[in-house]
Amino acid sequence: MKGLNISVLVKPVPDPGCYESIQIDPQTGILVREGLPNILNPADKHALEAALQLVEQHSGRVVMVSMAPPNALETVKEGLAMGADEAWLLSDRAFAGADTLATSRVLAAGIKKLGLCDLVLAGSESADGGTAHVPSQVGEILGISHLTNVTWLNIDTDANVRARMKMENGYIEVEGALPMVIGVSRGMNVPRYTSLPGILAAQDKPVKVLGLNNLGLDPGSVGLAGSPTQPGKLSRPELKRQGERLEGEPAELAKRIVAIMRSSGVLS
Amino acid sequence: MAKGIWVFVEQSQGKIRKVSLELLSQAKILANEKGEELAAVILGQGIGSLAGEAAQYGADKVYLADDAKLAAYTTGAYTSVLAKLIRENEPNLVLFGNTAIGKDLAPRVATRAGVDVAIDCVGIESDAANFVNLTRPIYAGKAFAKVASPSARPIMATVRPNIFPLAEPAAREANVVTVPVSVDEADLRAILKDVISQAAGRVELTEANIIVSGGRGMKGPENYVMLEDLADVLGAAVGASRAAVDSGWKEHKFQVGQTGKTVSPTLYIACGISGAIQHLAGMGSSKVIVAINKDPEANIFAVADYGIVGDLFQVVPVLTEECKKLMA
Repeated sequence: MKGLNISVLVKPVPDPGCYESIQIDPQTGILVREGLPNILNPADKHALEAALQLVEQHSGRVVMVSMAPPNALETVKEGLAMGADEAWLLSDRAFAGADTLATSRVLAAGIKKLGLCDLVLAGSESADGGTAHVPSQVGEILGISHLTNVTWLNIDTDANVRARMKMENGYIEVEGALPMVIGVSRGMNVPRYTSLPGILAAQDKPVKVLGLNNLGLDPGSVGLAGSPTQPGKLSRPELKRQGERLEGEPAELAKRIVAIMRSSGVLS
Repeated sequence: MAKGIWVFVEQSQGKIRKVSLELLSQAKILANEKGEELAAVILGQGIGSLAGEAAQYGADKVYLADDAKLAAYTTGAYTSVLAKLIRENEPNLVLFGNTAIGKDLAPRVATRAGVDVAIDCVGIESDAANFVNLTRPIYAGKAFAKVASPSARPIMATVRPNIFPLAEPAAREANVVTVPVSVDEADLRAILKDVISQAAGRVELTEANIIVSGGRGMKGPENYVMLEDLADVLGAAVGASRAAVDSGWKEHKFQVGQTGKTVSPTLYIACGISGAIQHLAGMGSSKVIVAINKDPEANIFAVADYGIVGDLFQVVPVLTEECKKLMA
């Protein structure tokens, strides 16, 4: 194996630190994005860290691939500063309104366009939507295996893959061979900080913007037109909480809680 | 013409996961309303005896794929069997539990079927035009998004455990259909080598009816014994906030929240948890929330049904004693 060519799928998301105060336009049912800063999806940094470590071990190249509007460039640069070699921004008006399937078609087309790619890494979820589909979908579209929720990964010089996938009550250990798409769990590593030399170096790294025509995609397969599901309006969850404060001596409080839980059927 | 509602029944070592039974229970109500047949799809080895249980929870039909190649979960083999079955029978709706396997499998099967899948749904609403509309939480649970699939079939979704109540099992029989299994080498490119179970003897977090959870206010790992005592009395699972996990007091598998597990038990007792939004995202759909915290301004009180402003080190032990009396 002569070095690893790795694509890392990244997504700019509204900063999770701001979700407490997000606003939904009551008319349109769409998120008000004004004043909501975008950051690199936190889980994706773990995927990028995994890629950088693999390339340190095997040599090779790390290219970030993102489907996002052109203004996502600044966000994606953080990944270049961490150490990615190049970034591809898949950007086209036709991509707007995509569900995750239509998104994965674009990402898969980007990876194909990159040419020889041994490994695709992605974060195991996105902070905004909480979706976890992308590794499975991209794997299926590319016709290669995928693994999700991977907490430990080893690739040997013969391109054999050993990995641990996290399950509810432990792990399963799997073996396979490259090429593969792998969803990286946060447990795998701690992403490196960006350094000043890294930030400076990022300025000179290549960033490509590719649209529908560059990717050779059928307009009917992308964006809203290519999406089997359609997002409806957003709403605020109704919190029908009792909101009752209980005060008093610990022994008294304990008795009252038990009584309340019994009368409400929570405890029998 | 698409027809039928399907539930992928997840089994582990010959036992059906609770969420699968919840889905059968809820899907039965939907199937009756729609006049559709409800089918359970079970994959594994030596699983014939599970068909009866699926029937008791509402399945009219049970597709059984019983084969040595399906003994342990692998994405390739399971996808191959399930996608073929969907192609041949064209169901309207296919539901999976939002489990590690459900989240791995459903998107791959959906993509092969040419459709998308809605992940981690907390609502399935019957709809005349769209068959069903699905609801899923986004932005750490701060918003709900509706998802509709106007024409593409099947509609596919993974559904959060503990959202739908279990039906009373009824003495019913289902039409059992044996599914021929042909898995080729290409489906087995990634193969399972080992299963490492870390079950701690207690009920698993995502399936627990009651969770006792501790945060930074626990002050140290040694104090979790107190929560474990309460959990033992209640038959509950023990959880932790990210702060407690990051401090090294509990392992990550106990973490409740956006970057840990999503739970929705009947009762969630939050002890010394401030209630960061990422924690709320993981437990906000619990039916009843009790919070114990010294800080009257703590965020957790905003979502708690019952808030106790007090010292957990005093309250929890007496609560355990009270519960013991109740259970005795």
